[in-house]
Amino acid sequence: MERALTDPVETEEKKGGFFARLKSGLSKTRDTLAGGIDQIVHGRADVDDALLEELEEVLLLADVGAGATADLLAALKKEVAQNRIRDQKEMLESLKEHMARLLTENVSPESSEAGPTKVILIIGVNGSGKTTTIGKLARRWKKEGKKVLLGAGDTFRAAAIEQMRVWAEREGVPCIHQKSGADPSAVAYDAVQAGVARGMDVVIVDTAGRLQTNQNLMEELKKVKRVIAKVLPGAPHETLLVLDASIGQNSISQARLFHEAMGIDGLVMTKLDGTGKGGVLFSITRELKLPVRFIGIGEKAEDLQPFDPAAFVEALFAR
Amino acid sequence: MFENLSGRLESIYKKLKGRGVLKEADVDEALREIRVALIEADVSLPVLKDFLSQVREQAIGQEVLKSLTPGHQMVKVVNDELTRLLGDEFREIEMAPKPPTILLMAGLQGSGKTTTVGKLARRFKEKGKNCLLVPADVYRPAAIEQLNVLGRDLDVAVYQAGGEKDPVAICKGAVEEAGRTMRHVVILDTAGRTQIDDALMDELKRIKAAVLPHEVLFVADAMMGQQAADIAGTFNEAIGIDGVILTKMDGDVRGGAALSIKSVTGKPIRFFGTGEKLDAIEPFHPERVVSRILGMGDVMSLVEKAEQAYDLEEQAALEKKIKKNAFTLEDFRDQLKQVQKMGSMEQILGMIPGASKLKGLKVDESAFNRIEAIINSMTQEERGRHNIINSSRKRRIAEGSGTRVNDVNKLLKQFAQMQKMMKKFSMGKIRSGFDLAGMMKSRRF
Repeated sequence: MERALTDPVETEEKKGGFFARLKSGLSKTRDTLAGGIDQIVHGRADVDDALLEELEEVLLLADVGAGATADLLAALKKEVAQNRIRDQKEMLESLKEHMARLLTENVSPESSEAGPTKVILIIGVNGSGKTTTIGKLARRWKKEGKKVLLGAGDTFRAAAIEQMRVWAEREGVPCIHQKSGADPSAVAYDAVQAGVARGMDVVIVDTAGRLQTNQNLMEELKKVKRVIAKVLPGAPHETLLVLDASIGQNSISQARLFHEAMGIDGLVMTKLDGTGKGGVLFSITRELKLPVRFIGIGEKAEDLQPFDPAAFVEALFAR
Repeated sequence: MFENLSGRLESIYKKLKGRGVLKEADVDEALREIRVALIEADVSLPVLKDFLSQVREQAIGQEVLKSLTPGHQMVKVVNDELTRLLGDEFREIEMAPKPPTILLMAGLQGSGKTTTVGKLARRFKEKGKNCLLVPADVYRPAAIEQLNVLGRDLDVAVYQAGGEKDPVAICKGAVEEAGRTMRHVVILDTAGRTQIDDALMDELKRIKAAVLPHEVLFVADAMMGQQAADIAGTFNEAIGIDGVILTKMDGDVRGGAALSIKSVTGKPIRFFGTGEKLDAIEPFHPERVVSRILGMGDVMSLVEKAEQAYDLEEQAALEKKIKKNAFTLEDFRDQLKQVQKMGSMEQILGMIPGASKLKGLKVDESAFNRIEAIINSMTQEERGRHNIINSSRKRRIAEGSGTRVNDVNKLLKQFAQMQKMMKKFSMGKIRSGFDLAGMMKSRRF
């Protein structure tokens, strides 16, 4: 049985290119989204309201959400009315374009003003995959030749620190940690300080999962951010919110409230290899104009990929 | 919990209010709104379709009761249908006639299985049951360690598998040990995965066949999206589940997954998790949840919470004090602490009927801390006799508590008003209580 504990290094080299991996990882999404759409589109001679209704259903089932779906369909309808769409193929092309635009509108280049040590703060609700994402990021950057240090800032959940240390050991990177129950700000402080002192290229700070509605815990998170900025002015250079693709419309609330509280620089969507469709990203980027930085399409470390909006949409619709 | 959905439904009902008859067109218009609301609540589309057609049938076919407006009639239909879908009253997990009772936990990665195991163990322990927790997730780094830590914190036994790496063998060995050591309950914590795959299902099937659990509990994240119905259905078909535990219900989750899972599996939702702490697990009462969905509040939960948080003896002593008109600032501070024990103000407000209408009423939780700080900065004498607090004392208190003199004044003024009110209470037959909502509405306190 191939599981998380089997060494990823052995299997990684056999894998195909990025697109192949993305496609296979997204196959579930594609089956629902594109498969559904293709089915509809091929079975119909004309562009009519019934077709639009079925498209709506496909989008809704992919968690695209009521608002974003309505917007997308309104745009399509307008084009139909203007005779810019004459058949189903054009309709699909147009839908793709609109969806890609929703995602590309907000992509800004990664902040480059970071000094020698770049600090990344990882936040999100419980179970979204923060610690695993950090492990994958560590491997990714280490492979690029960067010196990476991890900060085990989840001092709340039982054994979270151990989980982080296992990852650190596996990837061969240092991990700054204190004991369970310690002040997360203190851990962040130590981690950033150690990162700067040891000349690290990247410091990734973990935080405990918290629901976005918990005011006290959001305050704690703000403090972590403040303390990091105190050690290293300008840090954290990226605050990344980790979202679970299997979560529905609540992800919008997560993005909104974390953004309000902390200011997020980017999103990471995990578990896209599961049954989750991730369609909620369209709603989030539509409302908050936040770029998606990475997507997780599998359990192996290299299954965390930089987000490429064009490829994402292309993969969704690829046959 | 569910507040957003409540808000939406309320606006729907408003549209139907003031009409003489519940016409077909009205119903359809309301249904369109309900559809959007429930999509935003993550109710799975197939489930939603059934639900809407049921409601439509019921609503149009039904006579409008004389005592109800058409809007209320619509509420009633939706209410009845939601209640019917969500199922029966809460049922406790039954103990097997011959111990140990074997519980198998199943669910996706990140759904909160291990934490839920800890919560259940704590609950059983409180009821005098002796548990054995079994870490059968050999894949996630530190998953076993997580359960060990929980066991240590709760003082509940955790099965030590030694070097055994096969989950089936671990579970079998654990159940045998539980039999030998006379445990009441064995809880098997299995591995989750990011996707439903044959390997995971096969492993669960083999564990189930090997230990024959009394209950298979499906742990699901209440925030799950459209695929909640599919996932629950797949688990149910593959291994057969007996009950559902919904986790992470304490956020602003709209809870559509509860509807989806229940209607697809037909299996009762047993508990929901309402926080990270190990005591944050509550029995699932469908009626209460429906009330919440419909914006009618959850008074029962509020009463239960209050009962848990309030010390009856202290309460009696306080009543005496109020009668004697000897309620001091110190008593006031203790009262606030007790209220805080019940949970966050927002949680509490969410349970009060009609409180969802007060949206935009932002509760400043730190107001409590400020009040506490101010009172803490007073001398013993000042707390007992607030009348002696003159302006120089006020300045000192403000400085000591990091507030402004104005804040101290406000607190003293409100306290004086409260004392006056209490006088009235004690003269009449009314039991002690404070106008908390009123206090929270005023800006700084």
